[in-house]
Amino acid sequence: MSEADESAGEPSIPIEDTDEMSTVPLEVENLRKTFGGITAVDDVSFEVEKGSLTGLIGPNGAGKSTTFNLITGMHDPDSGTVRFNGEEITGLAPHEIANRGLARTFQIARELEEMTVLENMMLAPKGQIGETLWRSVTPGVRSDVQRQETQHLERVWEVLDFFEIDHLAEEYAGNLSGGQRKLLEMARALLTDPDMLLLDEPFAGVNPSLEKRLLEHVHELREQGYTFLIVEHDMDLIMENCERVIVMHQGRVLKDGTPAEVKQSEEVIEAYLGGEV
Amino acid sequence: MTETTLYDRFERVIDTDPKLVVAVLAVIYLAYIASGVAFGYSLRGQLNSLANLTFYIGVFGMLALALNLHWGYTGLFNIGIVGFMGIGVYVTAILAKPPVAQGGAAQVGGFGLPLGIAVIGGVFMAAFFGLLVGLPALRLRADYLAIVTIAFSEIVRFTMMSRTFQEFTVPDTVLGYDLAADTVGLGGGGGLILNYASPLEALLHALYLWEPYLGFVSFVQANLIANNPRPVVDGVVYGLLLLAVCGLYYWLLTWTGESPFGRVLKAIREDEDVANALGKDTNRFKLKSFVLGCALMGFGGILWYAGRGSITPPSFRPNITFFVWIALIIGGAGSNTGSFLGGAVFAALLYEGPRYIKNLIEVAFNLGDGPGNFGQAMAALGSLDPVPFVLYTLNSISELRLVIMGVVLIWLMHNRPEGMLGHRKETAASIDLSRPGGAKSDAAAADGGDQQ
Ligand SMILES: Nc1ncnc2c1ncn2[C@@H]1O[C@H](COP(=O)(O)OP(=O)(O)OP(=O)(O)O)[C@@H](O)[C@H]1O
Ligand SMILES: [Mg+2]
Repeated sequence: MSEADESAGEPSIPIEDTDEMSTVPLEVENLRKTFGGITAVDDVSFEVEKGSLTGLIGPNGAGKSTTFNLITGMHDPDSGTVRFNGEEITGLAPHEIANRGLARTFQIARELEEMTVLENMMLAPKGQIGETLWRSVTPGVRSDVQRQETQHLERVWEVLDFFEIDHLAEEYAGNLSGGQRKLLEMARALLTDPDMLLLDEPFAGVNPSLEKRLLEHVHELREQGYTFLIVEHDMDLIMENCERVIVMHQGRVLKDGTPAEVKQSEEVIEAYLGGEV
Repeated sequence: MTETTLYDRFERVIDTDPKLVVAVLAVIYLAYIASGVAFGYSLRGQLNSLANLTFYIGVFGMLALALNLHWGYTGLFNIGIVGFMGIGVYVTAILAKPPVAQGGAAQVGGFGLPLGIAVIGGVFMAAFFGLLVGLPALRLRADYLAIVTIAFSEIVRFTMMSRTFQEFTVPDTVLGYDLAADTVGLGGGGGLILNYASPLEALLHALYLWEPYLGFVSFVQANLIANNPRPVVDGVVYGLLLLAVCGLYYWLLTWTGESPFGRVLKAIREDEDVANALGKDTNRFKLKSFVLGCALMGFGGILWYAGRGSITPPSFRPNITFFVWIALIIGGAGSNTGSFLGGAVFAALLYEGPRYIKNLIEVAFNLGDGPGNFGQAMAALGSLDPVPFVLYTLNSISELRLVIMGVVLIWLMHNRPEGMLGHRKETAASIDLSRPGGAKSDAAAADGGDQQ
């Protein structure tokens, strides 16, 4: 797949494994969050290993999305800590966490509706010199900005091609279908060149053939050292693709293990799988 | 296929932008000239009315462009525009006014700095107060900014009127520097007399164009207007200067919007959480956008008021803020061209238009004095004599203006909420975002083909 190779060009430069810490990029310890009377996340601890594809499953309302929000700084936890690449990131602002290489997508795709798909995508790359106002409005310096934009644009089009939404490039994001929005959001998150991606139900509403391709791409990226934590309700997908599965129920981690272990766990079957598998 | 047609359309819109501006301005000016001719204005009268029109097109164009940065680009609901304008002018005035003469009159003095430096000081202080207001307010929920800004602009106005700041003495030397003024102040309710060289004169001096300018005035005197042509020429030239500044604003804001910086602003307007999740420190961006807009509003205020004989606090009531908002709504938030056109249309039709029509009708029909109050007007109407009622209406035109604006706003909300050009969002990038190298590669085309 030529696009994949190209788009991988930059990130495939191996992410340095300097300290031993980074073999476990994400560590969550005793996270807790209550909303009024509801304990949405209750003493949750887990680790995600480098280069792994970990599934996070659980019934509706189990606290999966809230856990994501706590990790990415959208909510402040009542207690507990989050570490990323060995550094404590609890309580940092969302943009600081994102800039450390932890990207996320939202369960309900949040597009910038009155911006085109291209504008949405161009927003993502890090280190844009033109985000400093004076550079963008100073004659002469602005041409440096334009040069960098041209580089980013090339990458943007590659990713658009890969996600098969290039024909929508000029469209306002608000006009996309639900599945297309999911794709755009994932594509946009990838363009931030993260170390780790938290994807909240990324395949909901995506057609099966594209889903397969995306999963292939996820596996490729994983081999290059990217780490994934994916919330998904499709059990077959999780069991086939993840090497590890974390099951949440009523805010707690019910089980943490390989797909086979999870499938056999009595508690899990009772709480969650019973009805579905 | 669809791609090319889309681009064609895009191309065409870009192409028509300047034409649209020229067309709208041409219609406005022709209407003013034609009605002036029809009602027998002299050349002097014509030029005066056109200069006046241009002045308001210029200031409202500028202010609408600045507001578009706040609201159209960033989604910041600033309803304290006039406060930043007021700070700009007052600071400029205090810095530029000459020191009071020894044992001077009731008037307060200033620092006697060159006007150019005073203007820079005024713009800087407007920006600084933008920072002060924005720093706490922009971190809160969006609607707090509205409350904070309107409150701020009223605080500014009350400060201008306050006795406490009316006059205060400045130490003779500060850190070893001898400040020229001994007493400065905001002048209280009486305002400040702007007893310094007019901005136009100062600018022309600075550009070494003063002598040629005087030559031009004598030329006008010899050939066109025999009697005291200076004020007329001054007015026309100042109007043109304002239009040039509008051009500068337009250019600055277009580059601001069409850049990675502008893209983040747009993202903040759409969904701040998303911008955050993509690693953008949105508070910083909002603050920069807010401060820049406030500086531009301060400069707008300076160009509006600093050339007058005096400034008084009542000029800085919130109605100016709402005028600028109406201009932006007419033009269409989000588009720079729309903002300028909104400013022009607002100035011509809603701000100056009613007054102009009143003058025209008075000149044309020579109706005499109107009735003193509404009762008399209605009584005459009851006895089938409409003239007193018409006269009363004309005499109340400046109050009626607000009614007309209200009606226009309601009509717009119902029929064209996006304004003249609101649905045309300028692309937020410094380059053309179409696929580099034109058409897609064959392989990709085949892939995409399958998909559809
Ligand atoms: N912002 C909030 N305010 C109040 N309650 C909330 C908030 N966010 C989540 N909750 C509550 O926390 C609990 C966990 O919600 P969460 O969205 O994390 O579930 P989930 O596992 O993602 O479910 P789903 O599979 O349906 O997406 C729910 O009971 C929900 O009502
Ligand atoms: Mg959820």
